[in-house]
Amino acid sequence: MLLNIKLFGVVKEKIGSDTLVFEASSQASLTVAELLEQLKRAYPVLGSLSSLAVAVNHTYASGEVALQAQDEIALIPPVSGG
Amino acid sequence: MHHDGLSYEEILRYDRHLKLPEFGLQSQTKLKNSAVLVVGAGGLGIPVLQYLTAAGIGKLGLVEHDTVALSNLQRQVLYNTEEIGLRKATLAHQKLSILNPHVTWQLYPCWLDPQNAYDIITPYDIIIDCSDNFATRYLINDVCVALDKTFVFGAIYKFEGQVAVFNGIDATTGDRTATYRCLFPEPPLPSEVPNCAEAGVLGVLPALIGSMQAAEAIKILTGIGKPLYNQLWHIDLLTMQTYTLRIKRQVAQPKHHKPDMSSPNTHHHYAKPVPVLSPQALAEKLAGNDQLITLIDVREPFEYEICHLPNSLLIPLHSLPNQVDTISTQGEVVVYCHHGIRSMYAIQLLQQANPNIIYYNLEGGIDAWAATVDPQMTRY
Repeated sequence: MLLNIKLFGVVKEKIGSDTLVFEASSQASLTVAELLEQLKRAYPVLGSLSSLAVAVNHTYASGEVALQAQDEIALIPPVSGG
Repeated sequence: MHHDGLSYEEILRYDRHLKLPEFGLQSQTKLKNSAVLVVGAGGLGIPVLQYLTAAGIGKLGLVEHDTVALSNLQRQVLYNTEEIGLRKATLAHQKLSILNPHVTWQLYPCWLDPQNAYDIITPYDIIIDCSDNFATRYLINDVCVALDKTFVFGAIYKFEGQVAVFNGIDATTGDRTATYRCLFPEPPLPSEVPNCAEAGVLGVLPALIGSMQAAEAIKILTGIGKPLYNQLWHIDLLTMQTYTLRIKRQVAQPKHHKPDMSSPNTHHHYAKPVPVLSPQALAEKLAGNDQLITLIDVREPFEYEICHLPNSLLIPLHSLPNQVDTISTQGEVVVYCHHGIRSMYAIQLLQQANPNIIYYNLEGGIDAWAATVDPQMTRY
């Protein structure tokens, strides 16, 4: 499943780009949690991020949400600066 | 303290508000009868305080313990070079009282902590989170949820900013809207996300984000427009691309209660009490020379170059997780940074790895050391 992923903040820096086209391996279906696992395997620099919001089509998605091929994903880390 | 009606002077002062048919006398009177708490008078807090003062909020509370440093002036434009070392809360109050003498002020020159947060937050209609660390942000969230207060969130990172209104009241259903924990259920580990001091920030960014927080506060208090409920708004100044993330209120919100004052060691996952050492107490320990003291500096290398304590070991906070095992477990360990926030996170990390060692946090960081023990030391 080919997915378009927008990257923000520290995630953008760790990967070195603000977008990512990612070929996720999936049998029948792919959940948000499974996608995160695959991303962390492909990009070990993401492994250190425990707090990361995932948006699917501009809507917050928890780990069990199933993904479709046309979905637009975004990875949004928390930010604390003030 | 509630007022009714506006004086002739106020009608002239707020003329451009009163001319807005969507706003008018009714909204202006609502602002005058409102009390807003601002946590932090730094990059975000300054535009919030300036515009809420100018707009005629009845009562402004300000929580800010810090003093002005030279490195603040690139973005904290309310202060000037001659005011370095002076208290931000006092300066903000003095300057903004001249801007609009109708505003009543309440200053809290301290940190917001689990012991004082309930008493400080309770009297206010809404809270504006202009803090600069996750411990305070989660504390504000949890106490606002427990006390049924709406809060306006703003946060910045390098060229990117986030704005949201959390725990508001949905106009159609009357239900409480999403909270910060609906988006990020648990705080990140201290090493995951660098703060402004570590990562840098474009000076104009907080002006933009803080101004939007002030606008959201005015909308909520007057009931005009649609606040950023159940959404996180994000902007990247480098590309001017914006992104809106829709969030749902999670049914289960973590229960949070006012800590029992009789047990000062009440543990909170976001702010475990860390033993502190004042600069004077550390100076006495070091002069005593009768025990082994390891000094760990968790700032960045460029900060270490500006000033550091003699014989201190530089381990920047973000690289600490990989180096926990290399740190001496002999004697006492004192950890410090610029102001004592990063070192507090570092100690939480170190305590998990070595629960039998006592780590002390240098209170107020090297800046407090320079202010009270070593006046020759360069401050920044």
